[in-house]
Amino acid sequence: MTTSTDGGGSRERPSGAVPILELKGVSKRFGAVQALHEVNFEVREGEVTALVGDNGAGKSVTIKCIAGIYPIDDGQILFEGKPVTISGPKDSAALGIEIVYQDLALADNLDVVQNMYLGREEITPLHTLDETKMEQRCSETLASLSVTTIRSVRQTVAGLSGGQRQSIAVAKAVMWNSRLVILDEPTAALGVAQTRQVLDLVRRLADKGLAVMLVSHNLHDIFEVADRITVLRLGQDVARFDTKDTTQRDVVEAITAGKLSTVPGQEEGVPA
Amino acid sequence: MSTVAAPPPAPVAAAPTATLGAYARRWLDNVRGGELGSLPIILGLLVIGVVFQVQNANFLTAGNFVNLMVQAAAYALVAIGIVFVLLLGEIDLSVGYVSGVAGVIVSLLLLPDGANVPTAIGIAAALASGIAIGTLHGVIITKVGIPSFVVTLAGLLAWNGVVLLLIGARGTVVLQDNFVIGFANDFVPKGAAWVLTLLTVAAYAGVQLYGLRKRMAAGLPNDPLLIVGLRIAGLFVALAAVVYVVNKDRGLPYVAVLVGALIVFWTYVLRRTRFGRHVYAVGGNAEAARRAGINVDRIRIACFAICSLMAAVGGIVLASRLRSVDTNAGGGSILLYSIAAAVIGGTSLFGGRGHIKAALLGALVIASIDNGLGLLGLSSGTKFVVTGCVLLLAVTVDSISRRGRAQSGRA
Repeated sequence: MTTSTDGGGSRERPSGAVPILELKGVSKRFGAVQALHEVNFEVREGEVTALVGDNGAGKSVTIKCIAGIYPIDDGQILFEGKPVTISGPKDSAALGIEIVYQDLALADNLDVVQNMYLGREEITPLHTLDETKMEQRCSETLASLSVTTIRSVRQTVAGLSGGQRQSIAVAKAVMWNSRLVILDEPTAALGVAQTRQVLDLVRRLADKGLAVMLVSHNLHDIFEVADRITVLRLGQDVARFDTKDTTQRDVVEAITAGKLSTVPGQEEGVPA
Repeated sequence: MSTVAAPPPAPVAAAPTATLGAYARRWLDNVRGGELGSLPIILGLLVIGVVFQVQNANFLTAGNFVNLMVQAAAYALVAIGIVFVLLLGEIDLSVGYVSGVAGVIVSLLLLPDGANVPTAIGIAAALASGIAIGTLHGVIITKVGIPSFVVTLAGLLAWNGVVLLLIGARGTVVLQDNFVIGFANDFVPKGAAWVLTLLTVAAYAGVQLYGLRKRMAAGLPNDPLLIVGLRIAGLFVALAAVVYVVNKDRGLPYVAVLVGALIVFWTYVLRRTRFGRHVYAVGGNAEAARRAGINVDRIRIACFAICSLMAAVGGIVLASRLRSVDTNAGGGSILLYSIAAAVIGGTSLFGGRGHIKAALLGALVIASIDNGLGLLGLSSGTKFVVTGCVLLLAVTVDSISRRGRAQSGRA
């Protein structure tokens, strides 16, 4: 068991010497509430890094700090080893950070191509939408991610299943030369087969060399795809694990009780 | 190449054109799934035509057809603007009196004993007033955050007041500019109407074939050639039939050409430009649009400005048809008929779904009912009751087909 609290142990790996994104002692306070307290966290290219924690542990705040929606009070955000200031979604997008929020932000009345290009439509020199180019690139992107369940990219998103919609949202995020994709609870509302689809897609993103940050409650899913797990509890990062060297039990322990070694009734919290 | 009629499967290099059978099956699937398109309304127009023709043999004569076109024109023009605000899931109740304001402005400015400005400036002033009014509505709605229903209800009262103030003690202003009167009362020379028809069909065919070739070159799936051919032939037959019939009477009214041109223009804006795509996105999911970096407020304000601009165009045409404006300008049925036209034509009241052509189809239905019941000598009371029932029927068809969409997972 390599439960290492706060910066110890076995996180050195040969791949990705410099993490693409690193939070160093990041703190965030809302009035009297300390939402994040000196959080350290890193994501590497080619890996899926999971961020887990109970409700109110600070997962969403962490995402929003990375997105630039909340300014951080203290600490540093390093991108490829260099300190950066992210003061808005435009800054994070410029760095190549794309975030897929839980509600996906797809317009139901538009088709797949229209959604994937929303706000960044290609136009011809005559200021007409270049549908051919957009459709072609969408099909290519979906094919490269092996999203094969979509019958037609000219189908409206309303007609797609939850898993397909999630796939589209992810594909939309990676189409723009993004380097780090953050997924917020991507499997929360999905059935078994659809969860499978999405997890496979997450794994493929990392295998293609992107850095993936997965925020989830579902330990079962995390153990399937994540390489590393960081546990947040009450705004602090309390533990880090290498997925292959740990068990769900250890992680649950960290989520619920921090450093305590036994917690009564913890088995109920473990799916599968 | 319509974006709604999506080509079937195989995003990756497969058959470049679908088979006819697959196309038919997909169309049937769509109909069953609740994507009825213009099907119900075209059936409705046929029923209206047959019923009135059986009751009164004058309904389908060339002369009455020309009257019908001129009557439908003003409703269609105002309804085009309504489509834009309905696409956002908003409403504009002020279009009636905004059209009245524009009609009064153009009539007053072109009075020979009054301002007597050049015709172009008179028209431009009326259109500019429309844009200004719509922008004002849009800014109040987006920046102050008052629902469009309330803002435009206030507009309905206020612009009615402006019409009365502008007309003042005159009571009636007679339109005295031949160019403006010509919109609704002059006709395209018969030969020119045929040339215009051929040019329109040729342009449509060119656009269709260009799109087809471009998609083929890019290896994307295409609609079957036969379907594309049928669409072009269908447009030709429809336009030729219209021109043939009207040429037996006075000819094609200029206002019909104006309506056609504006429908093509706004369809282009809505389906082929970034702005149009963003209008659909804001109507479908405003939050998604905002996150995609679209300036949602600007889109909203622009749509209200377009709505009032088209109301102004409709107001000028109405003034032209009546050759005068009075204190009733913009009142009566224009507001309700225009909104009803957009809805009957198939624009969803919940935003995000609809086409510009809905304005034309809906206006034709409304004008046909109005005209047909008039021929039968029935009162306005009956007209309103029947029109109300048709509106209800159209919305019912929409909501039942929406249930179809929900069942097939397309809600």
